Amino acid sequence: MNSPENRIAIVGAGPAGIRAAQTLVAHGLNPVLVDEGLRGGGQIYRRQPENFRRTPKDLYGLEAAKAVAVHAAMDALATQIDYRPQTLVWNAEDQRLDTLRDGRAGHIDYSHLIVATGATDRVLPVSGWTLPGAYSLGAAQIALKYQGCAIGEQVVFCGSGPLLYLVAYQYAKAGAKVLAVLDSSPFLAQCRALPHLLGQPVTLAKGLYYRGWLSANGIPVHQGVSLERIEGERRVTGAVWQQNGKQKRLDCDAVAFAHALRSETQLADLLGCNFDWNPLNRAWLPSRDSAGRSSVEGVYLAGDGAGIMGADAAEMAGERAALALLADLGHTVDKARSAELQRKLATIERFRHGLETAFPFPMDWAAKAPDEVLVCRCEEVSAGEIRAVVDEGHWEINRVKAMCRVGMGRCQGRMCGAAAAEIIAQRSGRAPDQIGRLRGQAPIKPLPFGMETEQ
Amino acid sequence: MALLKRLVEDDRPALAFTLDGQPATGMLGDTLLTALLTSGEHLRGSDFSAQPRAGFCLMGACQDCWVQLGDGRRVRACSTLLEAGLEIHREPGRHS
Repeated sequence: MNSPENRIAIVGAGPAGIRAAQTLVAHGLNPVLVDEGLRGGGQIYRRQPENFRRTPKDLYGLEAAKAVAVHAAMDALATQIDYRPQTLVWNAEDQRLDTLRDGRAGHIDYSHLIVATGATDRVLPVSGWTLPGAYSLGAAQIALKYQGCAIGEQVVFCGSGPLLYLVAYQYAKAGAKVLAVLDSSPFLAQCRALPHLLGQPVTLAKGLYYRGWLSANGIPVHQGVSLERIEGERRVTGAVWQQNGKQKRLDCDAVAFAHALRSETQLADLLGCNFDWNPLNRAWLPSRDSAGRSSVEGVYLAGDGAGIMGADAAEMAGERAALALLADLGHTVDKARSAELQRKLATIERFRHGLETAFPFPMDWAAKAPDEVLVCRCEEVSAGEIRAVVDEGHWEINRVKAMCRVGMGRCQGRMCGAAAAEIIAQRSGRAPDQIGRLRGQAPIKPLPFGMETEQ
Repeated sequence: MALLKRLVEDDRPALAFTLDGQPATGMLGDTLLTALLTSGEHLRGSDFSAQPRAGFCLMGACQDCWVQLGDGRRVRACSTLLEAGLEIHREPGRHS
């Protein structure tokens, strides 16, 4: 089964990719696991450099046991499989991955591929978001987890989603000064969401714990807040927001903000996977069946890269996709285990609906964003410039990109794509699923000039 | 002045490097981003208005933390570990 005609590749060594690899190894296969990170674990269970001394409890809090288990699985795998850390996959098509490691280009031919590319923050820009000191919520967490740093002396946390309270809690717990938590979702929404959230009582309890801890420790938590702008000339000096029709301001030197997460779908796109509009994620996602099979034969999808479900679901989806792949190869797999994983994933999916009710997408953002707000930080394209293109009659997002370069920069729309889509939809009077899907392009991340090639 | 604040893990060996030709110090295990932003305030200038940028996502996605090394290589500061003796240059950015 390890013949060249059956060469299995996994992209991404987060919880999904690691569990997928582990499952394949348990069935006697020897996959190649490619990951951009230095050490496996993904973003959620990102590991600190080897000479750091904090304990898993310090780093991952209530999730420490899960993080340790995922890392242990990764460490056991690293010696058994072809594990390639610090390796970027920058193109994928026709059973070949194009890679870059340490300035050298190479490729991996595969017969079967599991795509577990994870997610980044979903960002709705405000004035001043490009200033030094303004970071995504995920960035704020990585600064602490990976480097033992806070993003500033006095930090304001804004936006919505479970990460908002978690990161604020982690900062305060680590001794950072947290000035305030500004939640865009109204308290009533969170009450309405309770019945859905009760399906995952442990996860709900953790969320309530972080929230309660912040209040008990005197950190102001404001709800129904809309962040208006981040102030500063050369760096952040303040945050201004609206609550109940009143404008408020805080002096601060750092702002962390995001509205939940968005899937990294570029590779699935280059692989030719079909995409469907997903109202829950408010995004186009690669289609998959309940086991993780994409529309392309031999390509499987797992984890947050195919729709935001969180780390626990990613572990299950990684294993589930690997079992599907094994079954498709003719291996005998544990059908009861597959069914159990699917049942648990369905439960988490219901919980996700609850979370979306608790932390609703701010539908008024697109209409309210001032013309001068930079949407695309690479190409420096403002909301007003996007609207001007829409007013000329353009409404298809790739066409709008061609006209004003929004989403055309180095990040390929990772930071601005969701926001640009909202503005185009709002201005053109269309639903967000009626303006097309921002296409991925190879290379999906910048490549250096003059890179060496491997034979 | 620094942008990032070190909270923990501050007893690591020091590593000397240069930032725009001036001597600077970071610690073993720092990324370039951490080393630069615990002593300075930005990493690069933007491409169309030369505005200061200091990265945004810290996970290799936003592409807004690129710096140049003495050998000409451009690297993402968030995903490159500091080594002793590195010459790091910040690009000033451009006006359109």
